[in-house]
Amino acid sequence: MKYERILIRYGEISTKGRNRNQFVEKLRKSVRIALAPFPNIKVEANRDRMYVLLNGENCEEVIGELKSIFGIQSFSPAIKVKRDIEVLKQSSLEIVRSLFKEGQTFKITPKRSDKTFELDTDGINHTIGGHLLKNIPGMKVKVKNPDINLRIEVRKEAIYLSCETIQGAGGLPVGSGGKAMLMLSGGIDSPVAGYMAMKRGLEIEAVHFFSPPFTSERSKEKVIDLTKKLAEIYGSMTLHIVPFTDIQQTIAEQIPENYSMTSTRRMMLRITDEIRKKQEGLAIITGESVGQVASQTLESMFAINEVTNTPILRPLITMDKTDIIRIAHEIDTLEISNRPFEDCCTIFVPASPKTKPKREKVQHYESFFDFDPLIHEAVQETETLVIKPDNKQRSEFSELF
Amino acid sequence: MIYFDNSATTKPFKEVLDSFVTVSSEYYGNPSSLHGMGGQAEKLLSQARDQVSKLLTVKPSEIYFTSGGTEGNNLAIKGSALLHKNKGRHLITSSVEHPSVKSAMEQLEQEGFEITYLPVDEFGRISVADLERSIRKETILISIMLVNNEVGTIQPINEIGDLLKKYPTILFHVDAVQGIGKIPLPLNKYRIDLCSISGHKFHGLKGTGALFIREGVRLAPLFSGGNQERKIRSGTENVAGAVAMAKALRMTLTKAEIGLERMENIRSMLRKGLTEIDGVQIHTPIENSAPHILNFSLKGIKSEVFIHSLEQKGIYVSTTSACSSKKKSPSKTLLEMGVSVTLAESAIRVSLSFENSMEEANTVLAAFRESATQLRKVMK
Repeated sequence: MKYERILIRYGEISTKGRNRNQFVEKLRKSVRIALAPFPNIKVEANRDRMYVLLNGENCEEVIGELKSIFGIQSFSPAIKVKRDIEVLKQSSLEIVRSLFKEGQTFKITPKRSDKTFELDTDGINHTIGGHLLKNIPGMKVKVKNPDINLRIEVRKEAIYLSCETIQGAGGLPVGSGGKAMLMLSGGIDSPVAGYMAMKRGLEIEAVHFFSPPFTSERSKEKVIDLTKKLAEIYGSMTLHIVPFTDIQQTIAEQIPENYSMTSTRRMMLRITDEIRKKQEGLAIITGESVGQVASQTLESMFAINEVTNTPILRPLITMDKTDIIRIAHEIDTLEISNRPFEDCCTIFVPASPKTKPKREKVQHYESFFDFDPLIHEAVQETETLVIKPDNKQRSEFSELF
Repeated sequence: MIYFDNSATTKPFKEVLDSFVTVSSEYYGNPSSLHGMGGQAEKLLSQARDQVSKLLTVKPSEIYFTSGGTEGNNLAIKGSALLHKNKGRHLITSSVEHPSVKSAMEQLEQEGFEITYLPVDEFGRISVADLERSIRKETILISIMLVNNEVGTIQPINEIGDLLKKYPTILFHVDAVQGIGKIPLPLNKYRIDLCSISGHKFHGLKGTGALFIREGVRLAPLFSGGNQERKIRSGTENVAGAVAMAKALRMTLTKAEIGLERMENIRSMLRKGLTEIDGVQIHTPIENSAPHILNFSLKGIKSEVFIHSLEQKGIYVSTTSACSSKKKSPSKTLLEMGVSVTLAESAIRVSLSFENSMEEANTVLAAFRESATQLRKVMK
């Protein structure tokens, strides 16, 4: 049996009302981007369903791509047939016969969203079930956990037949929820936070703090590689690389050692917020998890968060490290994050940072120096890259391969 | 010169050598070095890994670079045995494996492991039923080759994999050194845990290879050192070799798309021509054999004599496998298939590459006829 289309069921999008079309449009864009390597494919979308018309492209490869797209509840490879009982009988038989192996069981799950069709669900069950039983000797009906579940969806324009339902990634289509800045350090947590924010529909731009020579080119490459991974979700991602050496050195000179970390985070947040304004984002995302390290205690967050009232989203806030690592592994960022280079979070860490810093104290220490010009300069000199997923960028060496 | 000994080794593609030279001379940094040159070398290595993994339909983290087939096979077999010896001490393999598998098994036998060597039928193939019967509670690993290096028989790898779905704790290693590029091996679909390949068998360079280790499968390393290749294979990475192998694999798989059919045609022609020569017996089975190998005996003429007679005409073929032909012992595979010792002593292996042409095959066939007639006169 050769499938000619894949039927996509929306997840949460289907709970949306008048703005549903915007969500569908974003999902269609995600699907288009993911399926760009298959030029013959056509995507049709309406309020309730999306159809990927294969036009001869490899069904299995397309399925592999669809699995990771946010906003898809589930999907099924399907064939479209005319609204005619004889045609339906014939096609049902073909599709089940192609899957049937000796001793297997089946059931039919009919759905009739268009009630004008002459058979109701019971009628479909009897007519088609009877036809299959008569023509495939040895096959038995089993309602619970059958080997083959033939879904028959009667819709206004046609009937769709499918035998397999594949779980999608869930969530909302990327870009349907506005833009936010992700603070991307190079560690395990921040890419996971970005991934989860994207799963809820946010469009993301990453911000990374780069302090040469204290952090190396290779730690920057690591962040670029992480961004590439995240870029696979939406085809590209913007990465802002902030020169941070001057500020870090000034903090080391101006702020007592045990408060330097708190102050560093405040500066990073201020810079990120400035970039957010320029890029018209609405929130900042971090990979913080409460209590994980000194900068992520409630006291620290209280002292650091003071510098902005922009919403700070912390998708991992109540998650355990082991769960975060598991997700990082699933989304393929773990191995990149584990590369052993110093990054903006690991260098300049004092021997004993304050785990319970006080707002008043950090304000007091920072009051002796005007950081504004330095922050302004860092924002001005930020390098902005548009990162594409792999194999499009590695042209540097491509002739060697 | 006609080179028909491609199962022994292949001629490296020019493009592959070019990459090797460029990488060796311009990007000679150590991937573990922190500076930029190390970074470039690391990038090259990871791109090579990405490419090999894509071509083999697996994940980059499942590819480990080795020095070739022998190392891959040893690492897979001894590495699993070492780590899992507390689970059990029984391994299963076939009686026609390459020496790098067979000897590794024999070494384990001396260490107190028990090995079952499965017999083969007259076509050189093991039976899946035999295999199932020899599985025990203590079985930790099964190692079977994809394509036999001496006669070209394809083993029922997919069927074994299907059977092993019932035995999830048994590791399944496939020595694909002779099969890769000739026989489809969808590692993403088959139930295979470990799979070794070697670069010089598909126009890469000697000293390059890879072992596929399925995610979640653990091995003990055989080399101690700097923990390269995620601790599985210490030793400074052969970046140029890995890049060269990635390129060779890509080129080979591209050529295979049209080359396989042509190769099969050349071999059929050789097979047909050979059967018309008096006293020729062909050992390579007609069905389920790789398209590049043809093994036959010319009754009454020792292989070595025939080889040298062909060499005078500029034609290079082989007695049995390159590894054992110097030992002057008849092919183990043929003996296991039930071929008599005298006949096995006359065995010749012709092995093709995608670069060989029908004209070459015609020349070779004519030379076979001529040599056979000449030698017959002398030897009788």
